[in-house]
Amino acid sequence: MGSNKAMELAVGVFVLAGIIALVFLAMKVGNLSTASVNEAYHVQARFDNIGQLKTRAPVTIGGVRVGRVSDIKIDENFYALVTMKIDSSYHKIPSDSGATILTAGLLGEQYISLEPGGADESLKEGDELLVTQSALVLEKLISQFLYSKAEETPASK
Amino acid sequence: MESESLVDLDEVVFYRGERAIFNGLSLKIPRAKVTVILGGSGTGKTTLLNLIGGRLRPAAGDVRVDGLSVPALKTRELYTLRKRMGLLFQSGALLTDLSVFENVAFPIREHTRLPETLIRTLVLLKLELVGLRGAHRLMPAELSGGMARRVALARAIALDPMMVMYDEPFTGLDPISKGITVKLIRELNDALGMTSIVVTHDVEEACTIADYVYLVGGGKVIAQGNAAEMLASEGEDVKQFMNGLPDGPVPFHYPAAEYVQDLLDGADR
Amino acid sequence: MSSVLNYIRQLGHWVLGRVERTGRASVFITEVLAGTFTALARFNLVRHQIFSVGVLTLLIITVSGLFVGMVLGLQGYYTLSDFGAESSLGLLVALSLTRELGPVVAALLFAGRAGSALTAEIGLMKATEQLAGMEMMAVNPLTRVIAPRFLAGLISMPLLAAIFTAMGVWGGQIVGVGLIGVDDGIFWSRMQSGVDFYDDVLNGVIKSVVFGFVVTWIAVFEGYDCVPTSEGVSRATTRTVVNASLAVLGLDFVLTSLMFGEI
Repeated sequence: MGSNKAMELAVGVFVLAGIIALVFLAMKVGNLSTASVNEAYHVQARFDNIGQLKTRAPVTIGGVRVGRVSDIKIDENFYALVTMKIDSSYHKIPSDSGATILTAGLLGEQYISLEPGGADESLKEGDELLVTQSALVLEKLISQFLYSKAEETPASK
Repeated sequence: MESESLVDLDEVVFYRGERAIFNGLSLKIPRAKVTVILGGSGTGKTTLLNLIGGRLRPAAGDVRVDGLSVPALKTRELYTLRKRMGLLFQSGALLTDLSVFENVAFPIREHTRLPETLIRTLVLLKLELVGLRGAHRLMPAELSGGMARRVALARAIALDPMMVMYDEPFTGLDPISKGITVKLIRELNDALGMTSIVVTHDVEEACTIADYVYLVGGGKVIAQGNAAEMLASEGEDVKQFMNGLPDGPVPFHYPAAEYVQDLLDGADR
Repeated sequence: MSSVLNYIRQLGHWVLGRVERTGRASVFITEVLAGTFTALARFNLVRHQIFSVGVLTLLIITVSGLFVGMVLGLQGYYTLSDFGAESSLGLLVALSLTRELGPVVAALLFAGRAGSALTAEIGLMKATEQLAGMEMMAVNPLTRVIAPRFLAGLISMPLLAAIFTAMGVWGGQIVGVGLIGVDDGIFWSRMQSGVDFYDDVLNGVIKSVVFGFVVTWIAVFEGYDCVPTSEGVSRATTRTVVNASLAVLGLDFVLTSLMFGEI
């Protein structure tokens, strides 16, 4: 039956188109190729304030993503304990590197930027970054600004 | 020891909603014979076939086919039994997206693993029996009512069943087609050694081929006998039905209020 | 007073009827699922159904996907430009489609086009006694007729949703980059950095599988359970579209809160 062959072809094309669409979504739209199905190791850092930082936020060095935030908790001393998953291919990060919480653009999400230190030792699984800088909280900035302004005025009298 | 009757209905009671369609119906269908079940419309003749085929369960009583109690069968056993039964629906119930050939081949394909060449031979054989071998490429939509029923008959006997049930096979056919159907039912029954159950209200055709007749009404068997006995019967119900008398035990008038009163009531409004 | 009681009684009767129907539908689906294994063995039946259910719905899915994506591109741009965030247009279009619009709208279109056709076809087979005829030929219609159609719906739905989403993203790109002038590189890179495969794309696929299951279930059940007259079939077809659409939207809420709610 000729129509049978045409029908088989149509079904095959349909299924193929569907699979191509799925692959397209996975690769070009999502970021499966860069998603870490690779090996990774965990490091931690404590902050006073994490601001708007969320899990899965990027961890970058010089703007290049090297990992993601995997967990955010409060420790016994009420500091914010952030666990980061770093891609294993970046295994030469100095152990005295610093972690800062920055904002991407004006309205963007917050992320962690690592500044490499100078130590010979590298970060390993379970290490903690001791040099940290918390997120800038807008209210604190404003009150700091007003305070410094208030300090200036008596001097001008 | 084979029992004399292939199908045995024993004090069957069946309700549809609140109405008792059957209220103690008992009949026996003898083997290798054509048994006709006569009855007016709405007396539950199709229900009877559905009870025998296991699609419906009686509220009480038993339905036995070849010694097996149908309501007691498990699904798998029921399906095995159904392979030995053929049922010819009033409309033929052909599968509309398959050709005539494919329709007749359907039960063979579903239940056997016969090679294509053998299937082709079987299908053409069955179609030849009903006189439609030349139509095997047509689609059901292209067939007339009578032809569709003949194809359905060919399909019903595809697996050489032990019995075939015919649901109103003469209804709505022209005289020629009726004649063909009458011939087929009788000849197939005898040639293939089958048991045939014909459910109908066509007295004339029925009496031509019946070996035994049951007249059903009011939820029970009203009368039974061979064709000659039935036609000669003096019973009021039987006479009215067999002779097509417009008035008798089955009244002409639907129950209504008093005639004069009804007319007068209408005038007041 | 008695009329009030009467209404309450009718309400109770209706509720019981609904419950009984749901029970029937559940028994039905378990029997169909049991029959899918046999149906898989006769894959040409399933393939035939994938054609009538999936391939024939392709046209409306592709065109609708394209238009939805284009509208998203347009509307998204106007809204985002208020915040100076035009560069996120690609991300907006992609997220809306993969998480919600793709699976949901594709399911609604599927229910309307393929679902109603399934119901009508099966209902007609019931009304012309073809299903009963099959039963009497000792062929289980649930295995022979219903199961292949159910499988076809289950397989086709995620594929159609993916195609819808892909067409939508393309449509958004046509409008955003082609018409409005958002930079092509930014459009894609912002999208890729923001859309997560597991959270967004995969969740969308899971949704479309669930929708495929439910919509096809409703469609075949309504056909199988309908009153075997022409009026009955037409009412069943309407019921399929209405019930399937409501089910998709309701399930979407449940699934979204499970998947995307703040854990």
